Amino acid sequence: MITVELPNVFCSATNPNPLVRIDASCGTVAEALREAGRESPGSLDRIIDESGAVRRHVNIFLNGENIRFLDGLDTRVPSDATIFVLAAVSGG
Amino acid sequence: MPVRTATKTKRRTTSKSGKRRSASSTRARSSSPKRAQSARPKAAAQKRTSGRQALVLVGTMKGAFIFRADESRKKWTVDGPHFRGEAVYAMLHDTRGGRSRTYAAATSMHWGPTLRISDDLGVTWSSPERQAVRFPEDSGRALAQIWQIAAGRASEPNVLYCGVEPAALFESRDGGETWQPNKGLLNHEHQPKWQPGGGGLCLHTIVLDPTNTRRMLIAMSTGGVYRTDDGGKTWRARNAGVRAQFMPPEQRYPEFGQCVHKVVQHPDRPGRLFLQNHWGLYRSDDWGDSWHDIANGVPSDFGFAMQMHPHDPDTVYIVPIEADMFRATPEAKLRVYRTRNAGQSWEPLTRGLPQSDAYENVLRDALSADSFDSAGIYFGTRSGKLFGSRDSGASWTEMADGLPPIVCVKTGMTGSA
Repeated sequence: MITVELPNVFCSATNPNPLVRIDASCGTVAEALREAGRESPGSLDRIIDESGAVRRHVNIFLNGENIRFLDGLDTRVPSDATIFVLAAVSGG
Repeated sequence: MPVRTATKTKRRTTSKSGKRRSASSTRARSSSPKRAQSARPKAAAQKRTSGRQALVLVGTMKGAFIFRADESRKKWTVDGPHFRGEAVYAMLHDTRGGRSRTYAAATSMHWGPTLRISDDLGVTWSSPERQAVRFPEDSGRALAQIWQIAAGRASEPNVLYCGVEPAALFESRDGGETWQPNKGLLNHEHQPKWQPGGGGLCLHTIVLDPTNTRRMLIAMSTGGVYRTDDGGKTWRARNAGVRAQFMPPEQRYPEFGQCVHKVVQHPDRPGRLFLQNHWGLYRSDDWGDSWHDIANGVPSDFGFAMQMHPHDPDTVYIVPIEADMFRATPEAKLRVYRTRNAGQSWEPLTRGLPQSDAYENVLRDALSADSFDSAGIYFGTRSGKLFGSRDSGASWTEMADGLPPIVCVKTGMTGSA
């Protein structure tokens, strides 16, 4: 079971829970996020832009490691992994 | 239609003096007490449809605010912020085709840009699962921000345009639900040489020929002015006479690459254009084929904002800024300059505006005009002040202070006469 924890800002009346649990085995972080996006409609487009890149001020942690320092969206995901999607330290 | 979500906002009123009051404390004095008192957004929206109402849409770096008043425009109600924490660089209120539809381009620093639509004056906004304005995947580009939302011609009520960053033009033919990039610009041979200005590489200005559906002009920073005469298939740079002061002396009048800040046009005289440049104030009388300096008597020809008078094709408003290296109003005086003779001379408009210690800046889309008989002119500052005039700029009132930095001021009108 892979757990993806999305920011509360993605929660809505139809998707009240920021935690998405994925039964299917996912090869990569990108695939896991796509699966999570099916459970939480609208979230994928806000994490990844139309060119396929993670948005600049979004951080994704796989079992506590920032995927920017791993293989990015191509990082392999263990079957019991936890993925956190967080807003980066930035703002104005 | 995408999912729509209600926006939690606070409603306030401001008086002619600009002093802000909470709605609950001003019910007896408000010119529209029922509207101000309403605790039920839907009921408020229904009320707003009776009689003509002035709208001033204010986009800021931390959300949007909607100001409303009756035709006298003496007292305003305010609600917002909509899209809390998100930068709103572009808004539009569109009444073509019998609609009363409001558009707002809200950009979250973290979660990206979204074009939002409201058919009830901001009580609810669309919340699309998938961004409708998006580059083709094979373009290698990604939408950073929507800088302009422009209504199409009156004869094409379902047509809208978006100018975006990185510089590109999008078109919708279904009232803003779906959008397609203009491929003539997307794949333009100059595109690799366009460079970002201080605000990013943005297409910020869209000017339509009301009499010729195949002609349109756009402007970008930096890249300059481009015009199509074949419905958007091909685009030609139209910058002859516009200087690029940031280039070496022998390259200051290039074919393209200028940092044009704004171009305006009056629909009664569409071939004549006015242009506020990154240094330079110009007029064209031939749809941009040539440009001529009209900086006659202004304290600086640097600036961002420019606005036509709604009823007079000879009258234009600007807010001169001292310099690119000191982006503040010259002599610390907040002055709107107006020409009433198409740029032969300019006069400062100061009544009601601070004339000391006013180090203000007014950005390219933060100056606007309504279309009432006695024209309302409005502008917002980077310091969060909103000013309005009900007499074409002769006198001004502070409508709000303490807003987040204002990046967009647009107007609209609801109801019938």
